[in-house]
Amino acid sequence: MKSNIIIPAGEIKIVVEHLNLHYGNKQVLQNINLAIPEKKVTAIIGPSGCGKSSFVRILNRMNDLIPEARVEGRVLIDGENIYDKDVDLVALRKKVGMVFQKPNPFPKSIYDNIAYGLKIGNHRSRAELEQIVERSLRQAALWDEVKDRLHQNAMKLSGGQQQRLCIARALAVEPEIILFDEPCSAIDPIATARVEELIHQLKKDYTVVIVTHNMQQAARVSDYTAFLWLGELIEYDRTEKIFTNPANKMTEDYITGRFG
Amino acid sequence: MGTVKKKGILGDLKESLIQRLFQTSGLLAIIVLVGIFALLLHTSIPAFREVSLKEFLTSTRWDPTSPERPEYGLLSMLASTVMVTFGALLVAFPVGVAVAAYLSDVASPRVRELVKPVVELLAAIPSVVVGFIGITLVGPLIAKLFNLSHGLTALNGSLLLAIMALPTIISISEDSLNAVPVSYVEASLALGANRWQTLVRVKIPAALSGIIASMMLGMGRAIGETMTVLMATGNARAFPHGFLQSVRTLTANIAIELGEVPYYTTHYYALFAIGLVLFILTFFVNLTADVILEKQKRKLR
Repeated sequence: MKSNIIIPAGEIKIVVEHLNLHYGNKQVLQNINLAIPEKKVTAIIGPSGCGKSSFVRILNRMNDLIPEARVEGRVLIDGENIYDKDVDLVALRKKVGMVFQKPNPFPKSIYDNIAYGLKIGNHRSRAELEQIVERSLRQAALWDEVKDRLHQNAMKLSGGQQQRLCIARALAVEPEIILFDEPCSAIDPIATARVEELIHQLKKDYTVVIVTHNMQQAARVSDYTAFLWLGELIEYDRTEKIFTNPANKMTEDYITGRFG
Repeated sequence: MGTVKKKGILGDLKESLIQRLFQTSGLLAIIVLVGIFALLLHTSIPAFREVSLKEFLTSTRWDPTSPERPEYGLLSMLASTVMVTFGALLVAFPVGVAVAAYLSDVASPRVRELVKPVVELLAAIPSVVVGFIGITLVGPLIAKLFNLSHGLTALNGSLLLAIMALPTIISISEDSLNAVPVSYVEASLALGANRWQTLVRVKIPAALSGIIASMMLGMGRAIGETMTVLMATGNARAFPHGFLQSVRTLTANIAIELGEVPYYTTHYYALFAIGLVLFILTFFVNLTADVILEKQKRKLR
């Protein structure tokens, strides 16, 4: 059994069909099929090397950066296959934002970090920019901490603040989907709690997909959970079902810590 | 049973000997540098018994062999050096950075493997050969283009020095572009930037200090270059007023006159003083470049 839940058609944001991913001769993802619901948090869990990160990087075509990567199958976002030839990568990545494993602010000011995605797009007035910077920082619960030093270098912020800055930067371009690739693996527990709280807030307006190696985190923040193992989707269901009564023996072994 | 105790006094001795050896060879480089500086300084000082420092640095007239009144002003030659160097950088810097950006960002691995050694080979061309090209190829071309009687001008020197500064600028700029963390590039692309925007707005700013350092090192090379400019710039002693005139740089002047000058005369000492000026100039240019590079390394760590 691969995907044992049915999400009503009207609530689906992303559909992945018969997806295979190869890096050269190595197959990283095998025949993945799943539907990701809109304005919910979907967690991808699994042991290291199971293809979690590769999977989210499929959704905004970051794998295109790897020359030997080869993708088969379809990925539909709002019904459009993002692997079609006529897809505009710039538009896709504006629609599907991403927050990375390690906080990666640019060595620029806090303000310029947030404004970056806006400046490379269409031209906006200064006032508009300032407004969006403030709104994004408020959304990322960072405004109060940095409002007096917007023009200071972002590298001076703490790791947790840097990660929230990266979230604010992703929010500024008004995406519809936000991908989190193990966003808390490089920050401390208190900062982690803040980011988790933030993800919880974000699902009101955004579709969130989060990769995590931390099962408690998946249980805390997500509505749906997909368990990947060696590039295969083993089980996908509502999070409470996965963590209380998984259908697959392997899933049960993994979440109870018997391997992983 | 294996022992962990030291095996006699010999091992200790060997180790300390090797340590000494490395220490000495490191020190030797410093000793040579200081030695050259001391020699230049020592041989320059007698010049200023007859020539005032002010005349030496601010007069534009250099005519040490005049029977009535010998003159020792290096300003014309200093201006020529600065002009030729500046002209070289004006050409080499944009081209060098563009090639570096191409190599680090656009070129396929195969093209990079091919172009990099070629660029490095460019540095291996003897300067006399570059000068030769200046006389037979670039110079006549300039003469034709600007309707001059001959092409041995500052422009000729600048173009040739640009070729010689390019390998330094390209390889150090490319290194600094490659040192920009992939995470910056990913962040930029994930925000919907294209490759060009990522290069111009993220990679180049992050690598800027290294790129500037590459320019400074290229400058150091151009200031000190002798044979090429000696052959290619015509060596007129007048103060330069444009790129289409013949000029004589500090280096060329030393090379031309030192062979003919009677030893231990003011003229002889004055040539060493020019050498001292060159030494100080290139020393500070290189030092600045090193400081900038070191700073960049720490910033990107």
